[in-house]
Amino acid sequence: MIRVEGLGKTFAGGFEALCDIDLEIRRGEIFALLGPNGAGKTTLISVICGLVNPSRGRVLVDGYDNVRQFREARARIGLVPQELTNDAFIKVWDSVRFSRGLFGKPPDPAHIEKVLRSLSLWEKRNNRMITLSGGMKRRVLIAKALAHEPEILFLDEPTAGVDVALRRDMWEVVRQLRNSGVTIILTTHYIEEAEEMADRIGVIRSGELVLVEDKQALMQKLGRKELTIHLRDPLHAVPQRLSGHGLTLTEEGHALVYTYDAEAGEDDGTGIAELLADLEGPASPSRTCTLARAPWRRSSSAW
Amino acid sequence: MNLESVKTLYLAEMARSLRTVLQSIVSPVLSTSLYFVVFGAAIGSRISEVDGVSYGAFIVPGLIMLMLLTQSVSNASFGIFFPRFSGTIYEVLSAPISYWEVVVGYVGAAASKSLILGVIALITARLFVPYSIEHPLMMVLFLLLTAVTFSLLGFIIGIWAEGFERLQLVPLLVITPLTFLGGTFYSIDMLPPFWQAVTLANPVVYLVSGFRWSFYGISDVSPLVSLAMILLFLGAAIALVAWIFRTGYRLKS
Repeated sequence: MIRVEGLGKTFAGGFEALCDIDLEIRRGEIFALLGPNGAGKTTLISVICGLVNPSRGRVLVDGYDNVRQFREARARIGLVPQELTNDAFIKVWDSVRFSRGLFGKPPDPAHIEKVLRSLSLWEKRNNRMITLSGGMKRRVLIAKALAHEPEILFLDEPTAGVDVALRRDMWEVVRQLRNSGVTIILTTHYIEEAEEMADRIGVIRSGELVLVEDKQALMQKLGRKELTIHLRDPLHAVPQRLSGHGLTLTEEGHALVYTYDAEAGEDDGTGIAELLADLEGPASPSRTCTLARAPWRRSSSAW
Repeated sequence: MNLESVKTLYLAEMARSLRTVLQSIVSPVLSTSLYFVVFGAAIGSRISEVDGVSYGAFIVPGLIMLMLLTQSVSNASFGIFFPRFSGTIYEVLSAPISYWEVVVGYVGAAASKSLILGVIALITARLFVPYSIEHPLMMVLFLLLTAVTFSLLGFIIGIWAEGFERLQLVPLLVITPLTFLGGTFYSIDMLPPFWQAVTLANPVVYLVSGFRWSFYGISDVSPLVSLAMILLFLGAAIALVAWIFRTGYRLKS
């Protein structure tokens, strides 16, 4: 649905916000772009949506180049920005109707009513934006993005600054949209959010897309830890009696690395107890152990 | 052309004026009426005719031009500055609409509002002083070209401005002084020769003179020169807008 090829963005001051990004978003999936503040998430979706000029590379939206064939490309995209930007004095209904017209679609009150009802905004349709709560304003931004019936929806940190209940509501709205066939790309700091929502996850850091994985595969990786056993005397191969533990010999024979599932818990078999028991056997190699940081460690906090 | 998008932008801008009807319509009409009362009826009654036209009638074209210029600039500059200021410009920039369609929407609405105000001011002036229009088609042409040209200038100012102070800077410090010194209240023949030469460097002189010619057939400079100057300003404004969009100046990083 979206293909990003060799995309780079260097701002006027020389700051390189995006570095040769290659990415393919599949039709109908929820793709989460995960990364810390300043990683380049918003810049990436801004380039795709036409808000920022790329320095190099290109973006194809459903086969259309988003610069040379911007009309076809942009008509397929709806964008919900991170900031709660709105005209404070306009009414909800007028604001959503404006968005539909701006994208070249003829007026369709029935569609706007459907969108407003699906986001629990129908009762607020005659309210001015200034009178709405932050959560309601974010819903209006989603309604505006959906007003022209886009095939692709970008949600830039949709749950930033919203309470837990509203976050759950947002997730439900996103699921409903996906079920209706909309391709969704969301950015987030929260691994939990990506885990809850996404089919695939891309991790971006310092402008580089460091990995793109199916959610299940990534979550398995996130749940894995490594135990490194440093050896006083180097080994040429993993001893026969330890072969059942899946150990890897590293550091030119000075370390054995044991990978285990941290989620498995202590009682039901991280396998560490068995490994240690086997290590205590006759002619065991002299050792010290280090519990290494996992390559992608789950955390309940934000990045 | 994406007509639906242009229409939407145009109508949204016009609706904004209706939401602020006091500021948008009543205020400029009131201030122009005050000019007619003070300069036309009160002071004008003690001033003899200028080029065979009563002073009250003489200043009508200049006052309408004064309002047209200031309103075109302020309407267009605020129209594009406000979405930049509030952040809602993202929606316009991400829509399937070309830059020139954006210009037609915003500048078209600003020019329309100025023209409406110009017509209201003409009707209001009739309440204070009698006047005639010798060349009505040329009057409409001058009105239209000036409204579009200065709305384009306002659009440029709205993109250039980084805050409300800059937004007011050009209208207050450039447009208003040039209009007052551009023959709104006098014929440049009334000035000493040196100041006549200096005044000819003021672009507003050509606008007021051409517009006044369409009313009474009298002008400080040839109406063809006035028309050529307006077209020159229009071309310059279009070239500047084209440069802004080509470079993304203040709109896209």
